[in-house]
Amino acid sequence: MSIAGQPPPTAPLTCEAMPIGLLRYGLWGGRTRRRDLPLPGELKPSYDVVIIGGGGHGLATAYHLAKHWGVRNVCVLDRGYLGGGNTARNTAVIRSNYITPESVRFYKEGVELFTRFSNDLGYNIMYSQRGQLTLAHSDASLRTFRLRAEVNKHLGVRSEMVDRQQIREIVPCLNMADDVRYPILGGLWHRDGGTARHDAVAWAYAARAAEMGVELHQRTEVTGIRRDKGKATGVETTRGAIACGHVVQAVAGMSSRLADMAGFRLPIRSFPLQAMVTQPLKPFLDPLVSSAALHAYVSQTGRGELVIGGGSDPYELYSTRSTLELKESLIAHTLEMFPFLAEVKMLRQWAGITDMTPDYSPIMGESPLKNYWLDAGWGTWGFKATPVSGKYMAETVATERAPAMLRPFRLDRFATYDLANEMGATAASH
Amino acid sequence: MKIMPCPLNGPRNISEFSCFGEVTEMPEPATADDTTWAEHVWYANNMAGVVREWWCHVPTSYWFIAERNTVTDEILRTYPAGEVFKERVEFAPKDTSA
Repeated sequence: MSIAGQPPPTAPLTCEAMPIGLLRYGLWGGRTRRRDLPLPGELKPSYDVVIIGGGGHGLATAYHLAKHWGVRNVCVLDRGYLGGGNTARNTAVIRSNYITPESVRFYKEGVELFTRFSNDLGYNIMYSQRGQLTLAHSDASLRTFRLRAEVNKHLGVRSEMVDRQQIREIVPCLNMADDVRYPILGGLWHRDGGTARHDAVAWAYAARAAEMGVELHQRTEVTGIRRDKGKATGVETTRGAIACGHVVQAVAGMSSRLADMAGFRLPIRSFPLQAMVTQPLKPFLDPLVSSAALHAYVSQTGRGELVIGGGSDPYELYSTRSTLELKESLIAHTLEMFPFLAEVKMLRQWAGITDMTPDYSPIMGESPLKNYWLDAGWGTWGFKATPVSGKYMAETVATERAPAMLRPFRLDRFATYDLANEMGATAASH
Repeated sequence: MKIMPCPLNGPRNISEFSCFGEVTEMPEPATADDTTWAEHVWYANNMAGVVREWWCHVPTSYWFIAERNTVTDEILRTYPAGEVFKERVEFAPKDTSA
């Protein structure tokens, strides 16, 4: 969070005056800190909307409720801190090259909202549209890529099939050798792919929502959901009970546990996903590169670090511990793509809990409990949808009905076997 | 390396095993309504705590049951499925015409 000083009440700093001006500025005691967020006060006894989860999705929903629907008596609760969950743990991939038309439409609007984000909110999220290259190592992948490219183009998303020569031109440092376990046969080149500073997305929504009166209460854990005649009426927290008109759950990694408090089950299984970054290197990798067969995706941040992520762990777990096996596999696969990284050191590694759904699509909209709205099942694909899910979740709450854009992702699609299968289009299939 | 104590093969690297989720009771396919069946197919308890799960030692294709804590990742107990399933499970639909 930026803490900028007010300018001192003297002449502006010039080159000549620099040492004196700097000294005066340093010694001047009247600086006031500008806060992005107001200090949290007491919880009010009731709100129109309580949003559980102070990550990107929850805060985006709060922002859109206040900005576009005039609903400002909103409180966002988080048991930890602002953007401290999967908002901080994802690998910040933004793309829309999915396979079902329903998903492509939804994520395409997500990319568009990211493109305008910094201007719309007046907050720099360091959005960088540098393209994403997905690699095919089998004929089956090539066939899927062709389908994805055509569906994407039909809906106005920039995706195209590329051959080995084009891949060499897009990423000259990629290992195109034939004598590797999985030689590269072709690729899906997605010009709309990009990345952004993930924390800044949550900070921006929090700051702008707070300006409109939304309250963010961190370190406030929800311990129960109050219900009356099949309707949500409030939440119990570690700081007391709150009555409310609507509840939104946006707690990636804990979706099933919170739904359990609300009295229903979800088609979700939770797995850790492990990722890591290397020490910073000079810029050499412009696009994001991913490979489903190698279970790895790589991008280089503005700081020069390589962000490397993989598929989810092989079995369910609620712990963000890391394992040597998964790190070894991630590193081995990354080295198959970029062998010259062999001497590079790993700087940090971590895990997040991914709420996986059977069809690798999210669950948004109505729940079995009236006035209790779901934004769940975001598995390994949630960050890119932060703005677009916030926009449509806000509409869902304000109009008390999920809009057409979210209907393909409703919870009861499972009861009718009307799934939106995106397993083949996730970055690292599991 | 994490070790899974296999009831048949003894302690082995957990990478030799596949997990097939919580042990749940299958509804009767012939009589279960669509909602019940959909719940059985798609939904999960997804518990945080000790869960009884199906595991398979892939190289020997041996299926067994493990009790595992899904918060701490501790494997508390493993045993042959025969300890739970005393009778043969019949998957063919029952004849309900009689």
